Amino acid sequence: MISNFSQFFTLADYAMVLPIILLTLFALGILLIDLMVPAEWKWSNAVTALIGIAFAAGAVCKAQQNLRLMESPFVLSGSMIFDRITIYFFYLFLAGAAVAILTSVHYLEVEHEHRGEYYSLMLFSVVGMMCMAAGYDIVLIFIGLELMAISTYVLVGFLRRDRRSNEAALKYLLLGAFSSGIFAYGLSLFYGLSGTTNLGGIGQALARHMEANQGHPSPVAVLALLTTATGLLFKIAAVPFHQWAPDAYEGAPTSITGFMSVAVKAAGWAMLLRVLVWGLYPLRSVYVPLLIFVSIATMTAANFAALTQSNLKRLLAYSSIAHVGYMLLGLIALASVQYPAPAFFDGLKGILIYLLVYTFMNLGAFAVITSLRNKDVIGDELDDIAGLFQRAPVAAVMMLAFLLSLAGIPPLAGFYGKYFIFLSLIESQHYILAALGVAYSVFGLYYYLKIANAMFMRPALDQERLPISFGMKTALGISALLTVFIGVYPEPFIRAVNWSLGIVHSGAVAELMR
Amino acid sequence: MQPVATTFFFYLLAGLAVLGGVLVITRRNAVHSALALILTLLSLAGLYLMLYAPFVAGVQIILYAGGIMVLFLFVIMLVSIEKSQKEEQFNKLWLVGLLAAIALGGLFIGVYVKGKALFPEAKVVLEEGNNTQGIADYLYGHYLFTFEIASLLLLVAIIGAVVMAKKRI
Repeated sequence: MISNFSQFFTLADYAMVLPIILLTLFALGILLIDLMVPAEWKWSNAVTALIGIAFAAGAVCKAQQNLRLMESPFVLSGSMIFDRITIYFFYLFLAGAAVAILTSVHYLEVEHEHRGEYYSLMLFSVVGMMCMAAGYDIVLIFIGLELMAISTYVLVGFLRRDRRSNEAALKYLLLGAFSSGIFAYGLSLFYGLSGTTNLGGIGQALARHMEANQGHPSPVAVLALLTTATGLLFKIAAVPFHQWAPDAYEGAPTSITGFMSVAVKAAGWAMLLRVLVWGLYPLRSVYVPLLIFVSIATMTAANFAALTQSNLKRLLAYSSIAHVGYMLLGLIALASVQYPAPAFFDGLKGILIYLLVYTFMNLGAFAVITSLRNKDVIGDELDDIAGLFQRAPVAAVMMLAFLLSLAGIPPLAGFYGKYFIFLSLIESQHYILAALGVAYSVFGLYYYLKIANAMFMRPALDQERLPISFGMKTALGISALLTVFIGVYPEPFIRAVNWSLGIVHSGAVAELMR
Repeated sequence: MQPVATTFFFYLLAGLAVLGGVLVITRRNAVHSALALILTLLSLAGLYLMLYAPFVAGVQIILYAGGIMVLFLFVIMLVSIEKSQKEEQFNKLWLVGLLAAIALGGLFIGVYVKGKALFPEAKVVLEEGNNTQGIADYLYGHYLFTFEIASLLLLVAIIGAVVMAKKRI
């Protein structure tokens, strides 16, 4: 049985995985170039990484153009799906990584840990994320997840002389490995139930299974769903699997905290959507009640825990857990209606827009906190941000915009994410959940304004002007511009998300969503 | 080729595996235990070969008898053997161990007695040549890209270990 190699790697495959190949090459290149770069020129590695991201974005753009030439969205003998949502997530990961790299340069200089491996690992983790978002085979999804996770563990512990960083990396590694094990166990049970590693095949086998059992899944299917869902919910840090997040976020280098809270989380969401909506859609009668419980628990626990935090990174960690709760509401709405109903699309649209606006507002907020780190100041306590308005007025006003956007105040971007999610909840007749979500959003305003209060009302402990590096200025500018722009003129972005949802109408995928 | 004396070789290999297993837990000298473990692993590899699974047998020898054993020996090298030989074990858990072993054995016998329906009636004999080739076909065909990403994963793990552990980079 000699098979032709070209059958497994066609021109279409090449065109579609080109972004992944380019990122890998640039990551390897940074590792090699780093050996020749003198210590004071280490910032050039960041430039190389940004060029790599630009090239990858170009390749994604090319793939986007080729999309309409493809007969089916499946590439690499069915182990990857290349639809418009994949393209959307690819752009999101690249944007998140680019902004995070811009915030890193000065921070690493201050920490005396400026090494090329940092940028290389960041690019590798983006490769893993792309495999998670595009994977249509549980083996590829799992390996992509591990690639991203291992790169992130190392990045969390990158400040080797900092005890908090070591502790965070170890906790994250142990809990992450544990949850990956549970996740892999669930996936193996699904493989046992369906005899295939392809998500589509698993979906069809489960649909037959549910039909044969009159809509009551067997205990094995429920166990498989529970373990898989545990792994997925752990990766997006939903309560009760959230304990790692505040510790890991606090100990990690602040630039990586920003990266983790947006790109890594978006990748977790991409994987969650792929597995729960594309693969396990027939089991939705089982997981919707589960998700309702998890989302209420997440919103409640995170919002109350955030109230008492005095560490900025911990506070934003809890806030990011709360945002996961809101996004889960969108998933509940889309999974509790029949496939082509409007609530299905509005729920998905809500999650996608939420992830987009969340990327920029949260990265912006973390960028401001990153810039607080200076020679002798660790700069992640609430007292460190006090009087920021006198020390760096522009950054303080931008931070206010990010905070209000995180709270979901209308003229800013955060509002639209919440708007579509609550809309889809009302369309799917989850009125109580919608009311709860709105109530908790208002509740969240308190701790965001606590930071604003410190910035504007309290006197600064250190009167010196805050130096803000060029890269940081660029990152802050991009984040603030997009946060305000999406809020004032959301039309093009909503159109982009609508475009990315177009594929759901196509026959091949619609078949799976009955 | 028609296999010869399969029953004899099965009992021979199974007996060696059990003997090795008993020696692993009864020897005081850790090095002897490790050598007995190699005996068990090798006889298991022989059993896999008898089931027409040459790839699994090869992996068993390379990974377990080779790689994992080297890891064990490294650990043993760090422990002082002479001292540990004379020391009394401070946790006497043989009762718990015995109960666990009996429970596991009971489970196996139970499955064998009750679950006859689960197992196929006729003996399935795999084709001789297809085993390893089949794995290669999947690995370098259907899962080609996944395989490449897995190698990237290993590279990242190595980079991570160096970044975390090396004093000066």
